[in-house]
Amino acid sequence: MLDVTNGGPALRTRRRPSIALRLTLAVTFILLLAATAALWSAWNYGIQAANEAYDRLLTGASLQIAERISVADGEVLVDLPSSAFELLSLARNDRVFYRVVGMDGETLTGYPDLPLPEEAETRAATAYETDYSGETVRAVMTTRQIAERGMNGNVRVIVAHTVQERIALARDIATKAAILVGAAALAIVLLAWFAVRYALAPLIRVERALLSRDPNDLSPFEIETPREIETVVDAINRFTRRLDRRVSAVQSFVADAAHQLRTPITAIRAQAQLAAGEESPDRLRRINKRILDRSIAVGRLADQLLSHAMVTHRTDSEPRERVDLRRIAIEAEQETRRFADAAAELPLLDLPEEAVTVAGDRFSLREAVKNLANNALEHGKPPVAIRVAAEGGRAIICVIDHGGGIAQEDRASAGTRFRRNRAASSKGASLGLAIAHEVAVSHGGELTLRDIENGGFEVSLSLPLAGDRP
Amino acid sequence: MMRWIALAVLLLASAMPARADDYEFPASAAPVRMLVVGSTTDIGIIRPVIEAYQRSNPSVAIRYRELTTNALFSEARDACAGKRPADDVVLSSAMDLQVKLVNDGCASTVLRPGLQLLPDYARWRDQLFGLTYEPSVIVYNRRAVAEWEAPVDHFALLDLLRQPDRFKGRIGTYDIESSGLGYLFATLDDQRSSTWGRLIEGMGRNEVKLYCCTQEILDRVADGRLTLGYNVLGSYALAEAREKPELAVIVPSDYTLVLTRAAYVPDNAANKADAGAFLEFTQGPEGRRILNEEALLFSPLDGADYMFRELGRAGGESRTIRPIALGPALMVGLDQMKRRLFLKQWRDSLGIAED
Repeated sequence: MLDVTNGGPALRTRRRPSIALRLTLAVTFILLLAATAALWSAWNYGIQAANEAYDRLLTGASLQIAERISVADGEVLVDLPSSAFELLSLARNDRVFYRVVGMDGETLTGYPDLPLPEEAETRAATAYETDYSGETVRAVMTTRQIAERGMNGNVRVIVAHTVQERIALARDIATKAAILVGAAALAIVLLAWFAVRYALAPLIRVERALLSRDPNDLSPFEIETPREIETVVDAINRFTRRLDRRVSAVQSFVADAAHQLRTPITAIRAQAQLAAGEESPDRLRRINKRILDRSIAVGRLADQLLSHAMVTHRTDSEPRERVDLRRIAIEAEQETRRFADAAAELPLLDLPEEAVTVAGDRFSLREAVKNLANNALEHGKPPVAIRVAAEGGRAIICVIDHGGGIAQEDRASAGTRFRRNRAASSKGASLGLAIAHEVAVSHGGELTLRDIENGGFEVSLSLPLAGDRP
Repeated sequence: MMRWIALAVLLLASAMPARADDYEFPASAAPVRMLVVGSTTDIGIIRPVIEAYQRSNPSVAIRYRELTTNALFSEARDACAGKRPADDVVLSSAMDLQVKLVNDGCASTVLRPGLQLLPDYARWRDQLFGLTYEPSVIVYNRRAVAEWEAPVDHFALLDLLRQPDRFKGRIGTYDIESSGLGYLFATLDDQRSSTWGRLIEGMGRNEVKLYCCTQEILDRVADGRLTLGYNVLGSYALAEAREKPELAVIVPSDYTLVLTRAAYVPDNAANKADAGAFLEFTQGPEGRRILNEEALLFSPLDGADYMFRELGRAGGESRTIRPIALGPALMVGLDQMKRRLFLKQWRDSLGIAED
């Protein structure tokens, strides 16, 4: 019995990354991209949010200072409210700068070198970034209109602070977002892992079914499979079926061969035993003749059995090539000559001028024709001829003799392997037909038996013609 | 004309030659590392802290430079601008000026676990640290004022001042034009209570006497030349009261400002490592013990209890304690125009003629 499944790891093909790994890598890559984008926007959002929040502090403080601007005795006075500075102190760790610029551009109070915004905007509050005291500072300028007797103009209030707290807030927002994104990504990876497992579960089911199968069980798998791997399972089933067929063929061949060979060998042994007790030279000669005949018959039978086994094997395994049937006929004739009795007549060849090409296995075809020729030489009447022709789009190779052919009642079953009821003395005529039949079928053709009108019998293999191109 | 005077106060110190008293504390082990401390605190009060520090750091030699607040500010500002070598530690009771120096980028960041423990009000940017806990108090002479009529809060003081002639010429407080500390207390009084205006009017009516320094007020109240002292630094008063039983100290019960002497390590200090270690030492177990029990400067960490114990009262009234927070809000009072306006109100109320 063939051991089908225990091929072992030695036969495994090299391992490639699993589907689960590929999916995981793909998901991780996508997540990394998404997370990077999320973090980038979180950081930007953090900066924006921090700027908005802290700009309000600056604006508030600036407005509070602006509110305390008054005019007394023709002089602009700024009574700095401590609440404005309390407000600025909410940015706990930032240094604070301020400047009040009078109508003529003179600094009324504060840091006289604190930069003004580059473009004078007309908005109520102008926020801008600048460098001061060795650091980046964020500033807001508001304007207070003064309209008093003899005085008319704008007093500008600039309040600025360093950006330490803004960056801290932005970082805080971004960090929280990052934690959130990280947790989400982790959750997605985890869920994706479950999803992948769920999606790949049918594969595991198939794998288990394959592994748990009895090595001798060659019946097709009947498990539910998703569409994606239906073809895989189908291929496995097709393969199993072919294997099943082959195994059955081998089994039946062995049984047939044993049966076919045992009877003639028993007969030879009986004759040999007879010879051992025989004194008469005449009888001994007769017995010897019988032993010789039987030996030749057994030899030919063995040859046919092996040939049949070979043909059966090649049917499934050998690649097809372009074969000229005329060449097959010539080779078959040569083979026949080599094995025939010296006295026997040889087949005649009837070949066309043009090549008759089929796609097939040279060996199988030769064996088929050789067996038909041998059958004709042995059972039919000479002259025997091998004819090759291309007729009606088919390639024909046939063996003709001038005997009565096979009995009508046997013709229907001719070619279906052995018939065990036949004695070995029939010298394997049916086996030859079986080989020819099998070759015909495996080449997509058929085997035809027919009587010829003016007496004679023709066995022909009809095969599809091969196109011109190889 | 007005502006001249306003600016003069801040610029006075820079115009004057620095009159510093230097005290050397040599190291007792080699190799010697030099630590220069610029400070406004009396050497007598700070000496135990320095000596304790040197006991645990024998290779550090300390030069202690004692200056007035304005002189120290002016020198520190010059050092910040690179015009003179910087001290390693700048320690001043003028919290507002210290904030201004740090705000202008003169300080370096000091990350020391012992200083991280300080409460929020005593810490700014990890650059400026409040090392003490000193209330602004009212002092009086027990022989002149009976305990039952002693002003327990600002309103009681107002009432007392309404008595005709009793306190005329017998009240002392800081001259806020020359004392940075007095000015700081005054501006905060103004911000935090509605009584300030009435209080200075009342003091003006009673011909208040103005002094530059806490010690002068304490001496006069103790020997009876003055009856009352207002907004006096509690740490000095309590130390004085230990020796002079006539001197009584009141922590006003409606609100009490608490000053914390602020220190920073200049950005261009030569010995930042030892400077940071020194600041941290003051808030360590030994430093706190000296501040709380010997120097009576108290520590922001746990000084409140010691302060009330020294006053002979339980610590339950600490909710009316208002520590002055280190931060940009203190800069309001330093604003040139604000200062001018505030001093004008002060002079008008006290009836002081402009120069």
